[in-house]
Amino acid sequence: MDFPKTETFPGAGSSLEAINTFVTEAAQAIGLDEDAIFGVQLAVEEACDNIIEHAYAGASKGDIECSCDIVTDGLKIVLRDSGRPFDPESVPKPDLDSPLEERDIGGLGLHFIKNLMDEVRFEFFPGSGNVLTMVKRKTPAG
Amino acid sequence: MEYTTKRLKHCDLIQVSGRIDSQTSQELEKVFEAIIEEARFKIVVDMSDVEFISSAGLRLLINAQKTCKRLDRGEVVLANVPKRIYSAFDLAGFVPLFRIEKDVVEAVGSF
Repeated sequence: MDFPKTETFPGAGSSLEAINTFVTEAAQAIGLDEDAIFGVQLAVEEACDNIIEHAYAGASKGDIECSCDIVTDGLKIVLRDSGRPFDPESVPKPDLDSPLEERDIGGLGLHFIKNLMDEVRFEFFPGSGNVLTMVKRKTPAG
Repeated sequence: MEYTTKRLKHCDLIQVSGRIDSQTSQELEKVFEAIIEEARFKIVVDMSDVEFISSAGLRLLINAQKTCKRLDRGEVVLANVPKRIYSAFDLAGFVPLFRIEKDVVEAVGSF
Protein backbone atom coordinates (compact mmCIF):
# COMPACT_ATOMS: atom_id res chain seq x y z
CA MET A 1 0.00 0.00 0.00
CA ASP A 2 1.33 3.45 -0.94
CA PHE A 3 1.08 6.29 1.54
CA PRO A 4 -0.31 8.87 1.92
CA LYS A 5 -3.68 7.44 1.04
CA THR A 6 -6.69 9.71 0.75
CA GLU A 7 -10.33 9.02 0.07
CA THR A 8 -13.46 11.16 0.20
CA PHE A 9 -16.78 9.90 1.56
CA PRO A 10 -20.23 11.48 1.76
CA GLY A 11 -20.74 12.95 5.27
CA ALA A 12 -23.49 10.53 6.21
CA GLY A 13 -24.00 7.58 8.50
CA SER A 14 -24.06 5.25 5.51
CA SER A 15 -20.33 5.99 5.00
CA LEU A 16 -19.24 4.84 8.47
CA GLU A 17 -18.54 1.25 7.55
CA ALA A 18 -16.54 2.20 4.43
CA ILE A 19 -14.46 4.73 6.40
CA ASN A 20 -13.84 2.07 9.04
CA THR A 21 -12.61 -0.36 6.37
CA PHE A 22 -10.39 2.32 4.81
CA VAL A 23 -8.58 3.19 8.06
CA THR A 24 -8.39 -0.46 9.13
CA GLU A 25 -6.57 -1.40 5.91
CA ALA A 26 -4.13 1.48 6.40
CA ALA A 27 -3.53 0.53 10.05
CA GLN A 28 -2.92 -3.09 9.08
CA ALA A 29 -0.54 -2.09 6.26
CA ILE A 30 1.47 0.00 8.70
CA GLY A 31 1.65 -2.88 11.15
CA LEU A 32 -0.36 -1.64 14.13
CA ASP A 33 -1.36 -4.44 16.46
CA GLU A 34 -4.97 -5.55 16.93
CA ASP A 35 -5.57 -3.44 20.05
CA ALA A 36 -4.18 -0.33 18.37
CA ILE A 37 -6.32 -0.99 15.28
CA PHE A 38 -9.41 -1.25 17.46
CA GLY A 39 -8.51 2.10 19.04
CA VAL A 40 -8.12 3.69 15.62
CA GLN A 41 -11.44 2.26 14.44
CA LEU A 42 -13.33 3.56 17.46
CA ALA A 43 -11.69 7.01 17.45
CA VAL A 44 -12.31 7.53 13.74
CA GLU A 45 -15.90 6.34 14.10
CA GLU A 46 -16.55 8.82 16.93
CA ALA A 47 -14.88 11.63 14.98
CA CYS A 48 -17.04 10.92 11.92
CA ASP A 49 -20.19 10.75 14.07
CA ASN A 50 -19.24 14.19 15.43
CA ILE A 51 -18.79 15.58 11.92
CA ILE A 52 -22.12 14.18 10.73
CA GLU A 53 -24.05 15.22 13.85
CA HIS A 54 -22.48 18.61 14.53
CA ALA A 55 -20.40 20.01 11.67
CA TYR A 56 -23.02 18.94 9.13
CA ALA A 57 -26.06 19.38 11.39
CA GLY A 58 -29.01 20.94 9.61
CA ALA A 59 -28.86 21.84 5.95
CA SER A 60 -25.14 22.11 5.31
CA LYS A 61 -24.19 18.64 4.11
CA GLY A 62 -20.76 17.85 2.77
CA ASP A 63 -18.03 15.28 2.50
CA ILE A 64 -15.54 13.74 4.90
CA GLU A 65 -12.04 13.52 3.48
CA CYS A 66 -9.90 10.91 5.19
CA SER A 67 -6.12 10.73 4.78
CA CYS A 68 -3.83 8.11 6.24
CA ASP A 69 -0.07 8.48 6.34
CA ILE A 70 2.94 6.82 7.89
CA VAL A 71 4.73 8.72 10.62
CA THR A 72 7.95 7.60 12.28
CA ASP A 73 6.34 5.24 14.75
CA GLY A 74 2.77 4.86 13.66
CA LEU A 75 -0.23 6.04 11.68
CA LYS A 76 -1.45 9.61 11.16
CA ILE A 77 -5.08 10.12 10.23
CA VAL A 78 -6.45 13.46 9.06
CA LEU A 79 -10.20 14.03 8.77
CA ARG A 80 -11.44 17.13 6.95
CA ASP A 81 -14.96 18.46 6.68
CA SER A 82 -16.46 21.66 5.29
CA GLY A 83 -19.06 22.11 8.02
CA ARG A 84 -19.59 24.35 11.02
CA PRO A 85 -16.68 24.90 13.38
CA PHE A 86 -16.30 22.25 16.05
CA ASP A 87 -14.97 23.49 19.36
CA PRO A 88 -13.84 20.59 21.57
CA GLU A 89 -13.83 22.93 24.57
CA SER A 90 -17.61 23.27 24.27
CA VAL A 91 -18.13 19.54 24.84
CA PRO A 92 -19.05 18.63 28.43
CA LYS A 93 -16.64 16.44 30.36
CA PRO A 94 -17.89 12.86 30.33
CA ASP A 95 -19.66 11.51 33.38
CA LEU A 96 -17.85 8.25 34.07
CA ASP A 97 -18.91 7.36 37.57
CA SER A 98 -22.32 8.57 38.71
CA PRO A 99 -25.05 5.99 39.41
CA LEU A 100 -27.16 4.67 36.53
CA GLU A 101 -30.20 6.88 37.05
CA GLU A 102 -28.08 10.04 37.08
CA ARG A 103 -25.64 8.98 34.39
CA ASP A 104 -25.29 11.64 31.71
CA ILE A 105 -24.12 10.23 28.43
CA GLY A 106 -22.79 13.37 26.74
CA GLY A 107 -19.17 13.83 25.78
CA LEU A 108 -18.31 10.14 25.43
CA GLY A 109 -17.26 10.38 21.78
CA LEU A 110 -14.60 13.02 22.46
CA HIS A 111 -13.49 11.13 25.57
CA PHE A 112 -12.94 8.04 23.41
CA ILE A 113 -10.96 9.97 20.79
CA LYS A 114 -8.66 11.58 23.38
CA ASN A 115 -8.08 8.30 25.20
CA LEU A 116 -7.58 6.02 22.24
CA MET A 117 -5.22 8.17 20.18
CA ASP A 118 -1.73 9.34 21.13
CA GLU A 119 -2.08 12.79 19.56
CA VAL A 120 -5.27 14.71 18.80
CA ARG A 121 -5.47 18.17 17.28
CA PHE A 122 -8.62 20.03 16.25
CA GLU A 123 -8.31 23.02 13.93
CA PHE A 124 -10.79 25.17 12.06
CA PHE A 125 -9.97 27.12 8.92
CA PRO A 126 -12.61 29.68 7.90
CA GLY A 127 -13.58 29.06 4.31
CA SER A 128 -12.50 25.44 4.29
CA GLY A 129 -13.62 23.80 7.53
CA ASN A 130 -12.51 21.53 10.35
CA VAL A 131 -9.31 19.51 10.30
CA LEU A 132 -8.83 16.79 12.89
CA THR A 133 -5.35 15.27 13.04
CA MET A 134 -4.83 12.10 15.06
CA VAL A 135 -1.78 9.90 15.53
CA LYS A 136 -1.72 6.33 16.79
CA ARG A 137 1.72 5.01 17.66
CA LYS A 138 2.80 1.43 17.53
CA THR A 139 2.90 -0.31 20.88
CA PRO A 140 6.58 -0.86 21.73
CA ALA A 141 7.55 -4.50 21.37
CA GLY A 142 8.13 -6.51 24.53
CA MET B 1 -25.92 -5.44 12.13
CA GLU B 2 -28.27 -8.37 12.42
CA TYR B 3 -30.30 -9.59 15.34
CA THR B 4 -32.69 -12.27 16.47
CA THR B 5 -35.02 -12.15 19.44
CA LYS B 6 -36.38 -14.98 21.49
CA ARG B 7 -39.03 -14.88 24.18
CA LEU B 8 -38.09 -17.12 27.07
CA LYS B 9 -40.08 -17.96 30.17
CA HIS B 10 -38.43 -15.47 32.51
CA CYS B 11 -36.77 -13.03 30.12
CA ASP B 12 -36.26 -12.00 26.51
CA LEU B 13 -33.07 -12.77 24.62
CA ILE B 14 -31.62 -10.52 21.90
CA GLN B 15 -28.73 -11.93 19.91
CA VAL B 16 -26.86 -9.21 18.07
CA SER B 17 -24.14 -9.53 15.46
CA GLY B 18 -22.04 -7.08 13.47
CA ARG B 19 -21.68 -3.35 14.10
CA ILE B 20 -23.66 -1.35 16.66
CA ASP B 21 -23.02 2.19 15.43
CA SER B 22 -24.95 5.45 15.12
CA GLN B 23 -26.84 4.02 12.13
CA THR B 24 -27.69 0.55 13.35
CA SER B 25 -28.34 1.51 16.98
CA GLN B 26 -31.56 3.18 15.84
CA GLU B 27 -32.77 -0.16 14.53
CA LEU B 28 -31.66 -1.96 17.67
CA GLU B 29 -33.42 0.66 19.80
CA LYS B 30 -36.72 -0.34 18.16
CA VAL B 31 -36.05 -3.97 19.10
CA PHE B 32 -35.67 -2.99 22.76
CA GLU B 33 -38.73 -0.74 22.56
CA ALA B 34 -40.90 -3.54 21.17
CA ILE B 35 -39.98 -5.79 24.11
CA ILE B 36 -40.37 -3.02 26.72
CA GLU B 37 -43.75 -1.98 25.29
CA GLU B 38 -45.04 -5.40 26.23
CA ALA B 39 -44.04 -4.67 29.82
CA ARG B 40 -41.14 -7.10 29.65
CA PHE B 41 -38.12 -5.61 31.36
CA LYS B 42 -35.77 -8.57 31.82
CA ILE B 43 -33.57 -8.67 28.76
CA VAL B 44 -30.43 -10.67 28.00
CA VAL B 45 -28.23 -9.40 25.20
CA ASP B 46 -25.92 -11.99 23.65
CA MET B 47 -22.97 -9.97 22.40
CA SER B 48 -20.80 -12.85 21.16
CA ASP B 49 -20.96 -11.82 17.49
CA VAL B 50 -20.79 -8.06 18.01
CA GLU B 51 -17.75 -6.86 16.06
CA PHE B 52 -17.86 -3.18 16.89
CA ILE B 53 -19.69 -0.75 19.16
CA SER B 54 -19.43 3.04 19.21
CA SER B 55 -20.66 5.48 21.85
CA ALA B 56 -23.98 5.65 20.00
CA GLY B 57 -24.47 1.95 20.67
CA LEU B 58 -23.42 2.33 24.29
CA ARG B 59 -25.90 5.17 24.67
CA LEU B 60 -28.71 2.93 23.43
CA LEU B 61 -27.81 0.21 25.94
CA ILE B 62 -27.60 2.61 28.88
CA ASN B 63 -31.01 4.09 28.00
CA ALA B 64 -32.52 0.60 27.83
CA GLN B 65 -30.89 -0.22 31.18
CA LYS B 66 -32.37 2.93 32.77
CA THR B 67 -35.84 2.03 31.51
CA CYS B 68 -35.66 -1.62 32.55
CA LYS B 69 -34.25 -1.00 36.01
CA ARG B 70 -36.81 1.66 36.89
CA LEU B 71 -39.03 0.55 39.81
CA ASP B 72 -36.86 -2.57 40.15
CA ARG B 73 -38.90 -4.22 37.45
CA GLY B 74 -36.02 -5.74 35.53
CA GLU B 75 -32.60 -5.35 34.07
CA VAL B 76 -30.52 -5.63 30.90
CA VAL B 77 -27.89 -8.36 31.37
CA LEU B 78 -25.05 -8.84 28.91
CA ALA B 79 -23.59 -12.19 27.93
CA ASN B 80 -20.51 -13.27 25.94
CA VAL B 81 -19.02 -9.80 25.73
CA PRO B 82 -15.95 -9.92 23.43
CA LYS B 83 -12.73 -8.44 24.85
CA ARG B 84 -12.66 -5.33 22.65
CA ILE B 85 -16.33 -4.61 23.14
CA TYR B 86 -15.70 -4.89 26.89
CA SER B 87 -12.86 -2.39 26.59
CA ALA B 88 -15.28 0.14 25.02
CA PHE B 89 -17.67 -0.41 27.97
CA ASP B 90 -14.75 0.05 30.34
CA LEU B 91 -13.58 3.27 28.67
CA ALA B 92 -17.10 4.67 28.96
CA GLY B 93 -17.26 3.77 32.66
CA PHE B 94 -20.20 1.45 31.94
CA VAL B 95 -18.86 -1.77 33.48
CA PRO B 96 -20.42 -1.14 36.94
CA LEU B 97 -23.80 -0.38 35.33
CA PHE B 98 -24.35 -3.80 33.76
CA ARG B 99 -24.29 -7.33 35.01
CA ILE B 100 -22.00 -9.17 32.60
CA GLU B 101 -22.34 -12.96 32.52
CA LYS B 102 -19.96 -15.31 30.76
CA ASP B 103 -22.62 -17.01 28.65
CA VAL B 104 -26.32 -16.94 27.78
CA VAL B 105 -27.18 -19.89 30.03
CA GLU B 106 -25.85 -18.06 33.11
CA ALA B 107 -27.47 -14.79 32.07
CA VAL B 108 -30.87 -16.35 31.44
CA GLY B 109 -30.61 -18.46 34.58
CA SER B 110 -29.95 -15.37 36.67
CA PHE B 111 -33.56 -14.19 36.31
